[in-house]
Amino acid sequence: MEFEIKPQRKFSLGIKELWDYRELFYFFTWRDVKVKYKQTVLGFLWAIIQPLFMTVVFTVFFGDSISQKTNLLIPYPVFALSGMLLWGIFSGGMSNAANSMVNNANIIKKIYFPRLIIPISAILVALIDFFVAFVVFIVVLFIYKVEIELSVLFLLPVSILITCLASMGCGVLLAALNVKYRDVRYIIPFLVQGLLFLTPVMYPVGISDSKTVQLILKLNPLSGALELMRGLFSGYSINMETVLMSLASSIFLFVVGVIYFRKTESYFADLA
Amino acid sequence: MKPILEVQNISKKFMINHEQQAYLSLRDSISNIFKSRNSTEEFFALKDVSFEVMPGDTVGIIGKNGAGKSTLLKILSKITPPSTGRIIGRGRVASLLEVGTGFHPELSGRENIFMNGSILGMRRTEILRNFDAIVDFADVEKFIDTPLKHYSSGMQLRLAFAVAAFLENEILIIDEVLAVGDAEFQKKCMGKMGDISNSGRTILFVSHNMVGVKSLCSKGVLIEKGVVKQTGKIDEIINLYLSKVSGSENYFATDLNLAIGNDFLKLTRITTIYDSHDGHIYINTPIKIEFELEYLLEKPLVFNLSIVLNTINQILVFNVSTEAKTVNKGKITCCLEIPANLLNDEIYIMDVYLVKDSSVVLVKNESTIQIEVKDLPRDGNWYGKWLGVVRPQLNFSLKN
Repeated sequence: MEFEIKPQRKFSLGIKELWDYRELFYFFTWRDVKVKYKQTVLGFLWAIIQPLFMTVVFTVFFGDSISQKTNLLIPYPVFALSGMLLWGIFSGGMSNAANSMVNNANIIKKIYFPRLIIPISAILVALIDFFVAFVVFIVVLFIYKVEIELSVLFLLPVSILITCLASMGCGVLLAALNVKYRDVRYIIPFLVQGLLFLTPVMYPVGISDSKTVQLILKLNPLSGALELMRGLFSGYSINMETVLMSLASSIFLFVVGVIYFRKTESYFADLA
Repeated sequence: MKPILEVQNISKKFMINHEQQAYLSLRDSISNIFKSRNSTEEFFALKDVSFEVMPGDTVGIIGKNGAGKSTLLKILSKITPPSTGRIIGRGRVASLLEVGTGFHPELSGRENIFMNGSILGMRRTEILRNFDAIVDFADVEKFIDTPLKHYSSGMQLRLAFAVAAFLENEILIIDEVLAVGDAEFQKKCMGKMGDISNSGRTILFVSHNMVGVKSLCSKGVLIEKGVVKQTGKIDEIINLYLSKVSGSENYFATDLNLAIGNDFLKLTRITTIYDSHDGHIYINTPIKIEFELEYLLEKPLVFNLSIVLNTINQILVFNVSTEAKTVNKGKITCCLEIPANLLNDEIYIMDVYLVKDSSVVLVKNESTIQIEVKDLPRDGNWYGKWLGVVRPQLNFSLKN
């Protein structure tokens, strides 16, 4: 096996190398999942409690008014919880990923492996939380007697994939920036908070009549994913324009994030 | 046969920011756009380093602290890229710049073996195959499912080294990992590393422990201030290194302009005085060291002399200082007495600091003088080197 080490000039995604180190994805994800709920009483229940609690709050305070104003075709709690679950992947994944490089600085400084593995694993951790919470979601569907169109079940993985792309794009970009500018650490909490209100998680895109507001909401990379997920429920009709626009923006985010990360990663060990 | 590693003209440049900052913040970056570049200076941690390693070689990389050894290892292990030059390698590299990279206190011993092993680049199947041997080598069977945080530090270290010891890569890069742990464990590690090198694999080894380097390595590379000074057989390289760091036990400035010091304070003489029948210092020889300085200004100065004693393996032994006194123009003399039965059988290196107002270091001179202390002929059954950087004679009694 021959290799060459030289100053980095050409840009490459390094897919082959990522594949060579594929076992590390598993180990990093596995470690973070294990450690996350160590010494907690409720353990994995936390993955469920957070979105459930938010859904209850939204339902109590906004449920009726939003349902009436926007003519929701599905029960509001189902609408909000489906949103909160996807939002969990995005927000959890993004903030885990953004802090991941700095948190693993001691490893980065001592050993080489493709750096992208760390933030991507951080997103996989959020994905696992999602699947845990999804079990409860199915129960909620039964309670509200919402049926799922089995013929469009494939929309679910697509919607998760879009969410992951967006989350990875933001997360990886912030992770790279965080190595250089520790300001990022302070930006993340209110970025997450602010984005929650700018994303149609607890209200549909049609909540505002203003064209500009609608455009902003449609450009939000998560809108498409949310739209597709809600498309699973019978009676909900998908707005394809929203899906395409937000798909484009999530791919854009992903590309920008990964390129910036790959361009700067070789100096992480010097800066971290 | 082709070399397994070809290092060709590697340089590594750092920019040193003279405005001291812990790390960049966005605000600084933005404000710097509007400012002219504040004073940065290029610093070469490595400059035009080239050497070759043949398969099966064990190479010791030797140099003082800050010579660039660690930077070289980081480049070889791909952690940081070189600024110029290139390295061609023919084999799988495993680098051990630290034992137990990726260990997590909350995970059990078993889980940490897998985590650490895979970070070091072992395949899962490889770890599974060697799992029992690793646990056995580390001697932690009983605690294998206990979280690492409940391990003693010795156990953690053993476990960490055990994982690394079973790496199957062709090239191993090892930095100073043996500087930790107790004597018995170090012996075990050296034995294991000897086995590895006998099995025909290539090892690059950095250490301050000359005994270890000598017993393990067949070749050496001497690095000084980022430049390769010499490559060759390990004995030659070690001797060259020792002759470079070693000096005399006395110092005398023939010319005041060339003396250690600054514009107004000069170190003119250091004399080591001891009573000896054959010219050697033994562990029971009291030593007196006299320092002579010249102060050139009319203005009084609050001055003290501080010295740091290190072993040749760069372990700091102690730092002592005179009291701070107001001195006037003219000669200053200081005298340090090191009692008998304090120093061990070692070569000691002394750094000298000239200090103003008890806090401002005016002049720092490293490796100013060197003192070699020899062991006495010893009664008893054990003739190995006595452990420790000091060898005090304490009251230690036994009754029956």
